[in-house]
This record gives sequence, structure tokens and C-alpha cells, in this order.
Amino acid sequence: MAARYDRAITVFSPDGHLFQVEYAQEAVKKGSTAVGIRGKDIVVLGVEKKSVAKLQEERTVRKICALDEHVCMAFPNQSTVFISLTADARIVINRARVECQSHRLTVEDPVTVEYITRYIATLKQRYTQSNGRRPFGISALIVGFDYDGTPRLYQTDPSGTYHAWKANAIGRSAKTVREFLEKNYTDEAIASDNDAIKLAIKALLEVVQSGGKNIELAVIRRNQPLKFVTSPSEL
Amino acid sequence: MALCSVLRGEFADFSEAPDQPSAFGCGLNQTDLGFGATLGDSFNLAVKTVGDEEGPERKIEFLHGTTTLAFKFQHGVIVAVDSRATAGSYIASQTVKKVIEINPYLLGTMAGGAADCSFWERLLARQCRIYELRNKERISVAAASKLLANMVYQYKGMGLSMGTMICGWDKRGPGLYYVDSEGNRVCGDMFAVGSGSMYAYGVLDSGLRHDLTVEEACDLGRRAIYQATFRDAYSGGQVNLYRVHSEGWENVSQEDVLQLHHQYQSQKA
Repeated sequence: MAARYDRAITVFSPDGHLFQVEYAQEAVKKGSTAVGIRGKDIVVLGVEKKSVAKLQEERTVRKICALDEHVCMAFPNQSTVFISLTADARIVINRARVECQSHRLTVEDPVTVEYITRYIATLKQRYTQSNGRRPFGISALIVGFDYDGTPRLYQTDPSGTYHAWKANAIGRSAKTVREFLEKNYTDEAIASDNDAIKLAIKALLEVVQSGGKNIELAVIRRNQPLKFVTSPSEL
Repeated sequence: MALCSVLRGEFADFSEAPDQPSAFGCGLNQTDLGFGATLGDSFNLAVKTVGDEEGPERKIEFLHGTTTLAFKFQHGVIVAVDSRATAGSYIASQTVKKVIEINPYLLGTMAGGAADCSFWERLLARQCRIYELRNKERISVAAASKLLANMVYQYKGMGLSMGTMICGWDKRGPGLYYVDSEGNRVCGDMFAVGSGSMYAYGVLDSGLRHDLTVEEACDLGRRAIYQATFRDAYSGGQVNLYRVHSEGWENVSQEDVLQLHHQYQSQKA
């Protein structure tokens, strides 16, 4: 039955599925794991880093990007064997960055995390409802601080929905990581900045081979720009 | 056309062509968005000649028959306006409402073309409400005045005549912006607009302090408009006084200028 209803994005199946969107969500599940944690004064993003080829420059394979001074997003990406949906992410990030600055221009205020998430989600939704296009094959974790200092974590998916989370994981083995977080995310666990970072690392280590080389970690502290954590001494 | 896109489109419009760099709505599709043009224009309230000076033809920009003023003080923003409308030397009305209530916490004044002011400020009210619904918080005065300025800037040079002050209270405190159809948008603590503005400035400059009480500030605003109506033929009628505070605006008083005249006369004696 799926075969007849999954050719075009704009076709519902009789039992109410949009197959192209669901296939896009499958593509997301193939990507590397990403975890996001909302602390009290810090938000943490951690992404599994696939090992790069020997000749490849490592720093060009970034999966965590700043959208503005106070907001950044992470997306799991596929290895280079499959269609590289990092390209999809690049487009979305670019549009989001432009929107962040446009918002600053017209409203004279930085975007709230919810606003830019809503923008990204609406962008994705539009691609699920026009012909000739396919959905974006990425889910994103968007973290940051609002103008009033509240930390936020949002997740979007290819269908264009978004939700706020205290902690979440996307990509391969996201379920395992999310279960770990559900057990271990307590107020004590995120009591300090370092605790939140440790929780993110522990969550990722559930599914990633251990070793610092395999994890990319970034934090935003309140009123500070995005910082990549590269060595334990920074903790 | 810019107006079509404002009326049709959404606020951060997601138009059909995703390749457009989607600026934050209001038909900002043109690349020349900048406010650079206004750096050269001085903040000019005098009669200005525009374009070709063909003979005695002069286009009065916005030195229109009115006096409106607004100023910030510690307890908010006072907005005071007169209520006279003139057509040449004929007094068309003595009871014009020159303060436009955009929403319960934002006020706009009217100077220049009455139709232009009321139309664009009603459009602004619509945009502000949409913003509020989308973002679950009130729009800031800076953003509201920016929206208005961007809307009219697209009609720059096409004959709009509007000099308005957007007054309100937002999370940053009292807000006061002067916006006009030339594309000026200026933040300030005190503005007076119209043909009687010079007289009003005189009174305001001598009496304004940040730490006025509410009573004193209202009296100052009333006095400034009264003095302007006393000397300027194109201002008169009543003095409409509003105050914007943290909860919103309130209409403080509406007093006939003749009554004020007798009141001040008896104070002198």
C-alpha cells in the first residue's frame, strides 16, 4: 500500500500517513546521535563524532552551529556513504541565521529560542506541503537563552513539529539515550554547570565508543557565547 | 506593492519562493532596506521645499496645523495634543481626536495628513496584535515604531504625510519614538510636532525634569499645548491629555483651551 502513496510528498495514504515525511524521519534515525541538556545556567549540546578519514581536515566537519550569539543548534548527520543530509542542515542553518539578524533589525531584540525554533519548524513544514520538493531530512536540537535569561531546549523534526524539552536525544540510538536521560535527569544531576556537562557526556557514552575523540561538546552559559569544550581542564 | 504584502502576508512571511532571503515580514523584499538616507536629512520640522522648485509652488512637508507633544518622565509618558483641524484659514473642526489608541498600551499621535496617520496606525495595530498572538508577549515600543517606519518607508517620495509619536510602556520601561513619512525614526525623551511645536518646546524645555510628579507632568503638558494654541493660529480647540504607565494608557483630561486661558489668567492675578 505504501508503494502507491509515497511517490509524492503531497499525497496522504488512506490511513493518514505522509510517507515521505516518515521516510525523512527514518533518514534522521540513521544519523549520528546528538544529545541536548537544559541546565539551570547552562545548556549543553553533545554530538557523536564519526571518525573522519585520515586525510580529512577535522574542523570542517562541525555538527554544532551557532545561529546567533545566544542560540545554537545541533543536527545528527549521516556518514558520507549515504546522501549527505548535512547539506539540508546547511540550508536550514543559513535561513535561520538570516532570520535571527532580520529579527534583530526589525524588532531590535534578539530572537527567543522559541521564535527561531518556530521559524525553522515552519520552514520544514512548508516543504511537506508543496509539490516538487522533498522534506528536509534533519531533526535539530536548538538550545539557547532568552532575553530574560531562561535556558531553553527545543527539538524539531522533518514534519515541522517542535517541542520543548528538558533533555533529549536524536539520531541513532536516540531511544537508548533518552531512556538514560529519563532515569538520570534530576534537579541534583544538573545542579551545577559541570554536572550538566557530565550528564551529557555520560548519556552519549551509552551509545558511543568511549574516548574523547568521538564526542563533540558545546555549551552556552548565560550571557556568554557558544563555546566548544575540547579538554577536560575546561570543565 | 508593499501594502498588498502587508495586508496579504503574514508577519515573518513565508512566501512561496523560499529562495528569497526572508526578512522579517512587512514586504521587506527590496535589498535597499537601509536607513542610510535619513542620516543626511536633518530632523527638520520647518517648511521644506521638495523636488523641483517650480515657481511659487512649495510642498509643505509636515508643518501642518497642529500641536502634539509627548515626553517621558519617571512615571511614564505624557501625551498632549490639541484638537483643531484647518483647511487653509477655515477652521474645519475644533474636536478632532489626534491621539490614536493603537492598543491598550500603545498610543500614536497624529500630525500631517489625518488619513495617512489614522490608516497606517490602524495597520500598525493589526500588526501589533498579530505579533502578540504569535509570540505570546506584548510588542515592544521599539519594534512597533520600527514596523510603522518600515511600512511607510516603502512609500517614501510618494506623497505620504505623517509625523507621529509612538508612545508606550514595555519591558524596557517608558518608550517614545518619533516616526515620520520621510523615514525618520528617532528615540527620544521629548518631542513636539506640528506648527505650534516651537511654542510647546519653549514651555517644555523650561519645565521638564525627570522627577516630576504625575500632577506636575500633566500640568506641564497641558500648559505647553495651551501656550501653543495661544500663539499659533492653526492650533486650538481642546487639550487632550493622556498618560502611559506600566499598566497601559489612560485619558487624563480633555479641557477646552478657553477654560484653561481663564484659569491661567486668574492665576496670574
